[in-house]
Amino acid sequence: MQVGVVDYLIILIYFCFVLGIGFALKKQMVNTEEFFLSGRSIPSWITGLAFISANLGAIEVMGMAANGAQYGIMTAHFYWVGAIPAMLFLAIFMMPFYYGSRIHSVPEYLKLRFNEPTRAFNAISFAVMTVLMSGLNMYAMALVFKLLLDWDMTASIIVSAVVVLAYTALGGLTSSIYNEVLQFFLVVLGFLPLTILGLMHVGGWEGLAAKLPPGYSHLWAQTGGVHNPMGVDWIAIFCGLGFVLSFGYWCTDFLVIQRALAAESLPAAQRTPIIAAFPKVLFPAITILPGMLALVLVPGLGTNNTDMSFNQALPLMLAKFYPPGMLGIGLTAMLASFMSGMAGNITAFNTVWTYDIYKSYIAKNKTDQHYLLVGRLATGIGILISIGTAYIVMGFASIMDYMQAIFSFFNAPLFATFLLGMFWTRCSPWGAFTGLVFGTLAAVVQFGLTEAHILSYPSAMAGNFWRATVAWIVCFIVTILVSFFTKPKPIAELEGLVWGTGLKSTFGGGVWHKNPLVLAAVVVVMTVACNLYFW
Amino acid sequence: MLDLRNPIGYFFLINALLLVGYGLMEPHLVPFGSQQINLNVIWGLVMGSFGALMLALAWRDKHASPDEKDSESTTD
Repeated sequence: MQVGVVDYLIILIYFCFVLGIGFALKKQMVNTEEFFLSGRSIPSWITGLAFISANLGAIEVMGMAANGAQYGIMTAHFYWVGAIPAMLFLAIFMMPFYYGSRIHSVPEYLKLRFNEPTRAFNAISFAVMTVLMSGLNMYAMALVFKLLLDWDMTASIIVSAVVVLAYTALGGLTSSIYNEVLQFFLVVLGFLPLTILGLMHVGGWEGLAAKLPPGYSHLWAQTGGVHNPMGVDWIAIFCGLGFVLSFGYWCTDFLVIQRALAAESLPAAQRTPIIAAFPKVLFPAITILPGMLALVLVPGLGTNNTDMSFNQALPLMLAKFYPPGMLGIGLTAMLASFMSGMAGNITAFNTVWTYDIYKSYIAKNKTDQHYLLVGRLATGIGILISIGTAYIVMGFASIMDYMQAIFSFFNAPLFATFLLGMFWTRCSPWGAFTGLVFGTLAAVVQFGLTEAHILSYPSAMAGNFWRATVAWIVCFIVTILVSFFTKPKPIAELEGLVWGTGLKSTFGGGVWHKNPLVLAAVVVVMTVACNLYFW
Repeated sequence: MLDLRNPIGYFFLINALLLVGYGLMEPHLVPFGSQQINLNVIWGLVMGSFGALMLALAWRDKHASPDEKDSESTTD
């Protein structure tokens, strides 16, 4: 790939802006509330775009393009089944509990609703998950820049780590959120021409569908059985992806929920996931379609005859279509997506570490300035650990398989805990803790059995869906059983934490275009229309 | 608090100028259906328009009267 001076100049301008935002916000980071929660003062359009951008890391950009090339349009299930319903559920039903209880983190909610052990289990597992995911973004970035520019992988990892460290340690969550919004626009404007050029090249969607292998251009038509590119039927899609993995991630993962907690009011916090849902419905156009186009336009992609894996679908499309100049924009968009994924995980990690581990168990009753310093140090330590985990990812064939494996361990059982905790007052603290432990163990055991070839699935993706489903069911059943034999919390202590105990969902009431229910209805119509068009 | 629309606007405007300028000096044509287009110039103009829009929105709010600001904040 011919990368010119103009391309490096664009990358340099980007670095200057992200660091500049961090410096500009530094003087406002005077206490932990500002550093970890942006003083709860950000407008919903910013938190909404940051909500989606924090998720717009390597998984979304490279992983979805790779899946588009591997599985075809069925990959869009990760958006229209595996994200939108859960994002709307979070906004309407769960956000009032998160925002209304004035918590700093998701583990803190578990402490209020259940007990310390449940919080500790979740805080530690979440901290592990965030550094694993941050490492994933570092690895993906290093892979791309090795492939495209022949940069040394370790050097790429260190440069990106230093830049992310600088702007998150200086400007805290606000800096991360602001940069995520810049990164969002950069990703959209950086990759959209790729889809337009590619579709023009193959004769539009009809032309692309005609050139793809059978089944690659249909969402649902072949999901009556497992004989489709993804190897999953509609039951696995609905249960594993649409319910367990999706709700487990979008409704409980602090990485995304932290963005909504930074909103200026409860209605703004409720609008945050819904505003994010609008671009999410349309994102397959800039993430999945380039991958599908690559399968047609890049001969040998994903075959054993070449060394071009599916993960390289997007970089290869950049190399094919973008001249110097636009190439710099495309490369910077990739860099931005990796850095936003990294920063999102790191800011969530430093908050959970400082509030839920350090302040709760290691050093209680210190000054606010002390915890602010610990938060900044945790940012650096989190990035250092992420560099180590980047090398773990290299052992996985597909980025998406790695990510879904992690989510099935941690997020799938957690959603059962939250569902019971938020909507069932009888759910006891020890019921929740035991269910969470058994659910996670069920996922780990099942993963071990699959790795030992004792269990097998039609595809790695099908294994992820079913492992998540089993983990959720085990957690759900164990929580209910143990709750019946252990003491629940008194109703008075559950005020504002459980549905029906004083706090109800607020549906705005102001102008219609800011009403969460109206906005959610529009998103539903758009999602159904997309499903019908690509049926 | 920093108005985020300003850095976004300036970022895209600077990059747009760079793209359009480079595209005019070194035209690299790319296939667009049956035609050839100068992608740097065309997309540079798109990005520049977006950057200008962001700056215009930030400028408008900065110079809005206190009454207008109040009515906007109550609907947020």
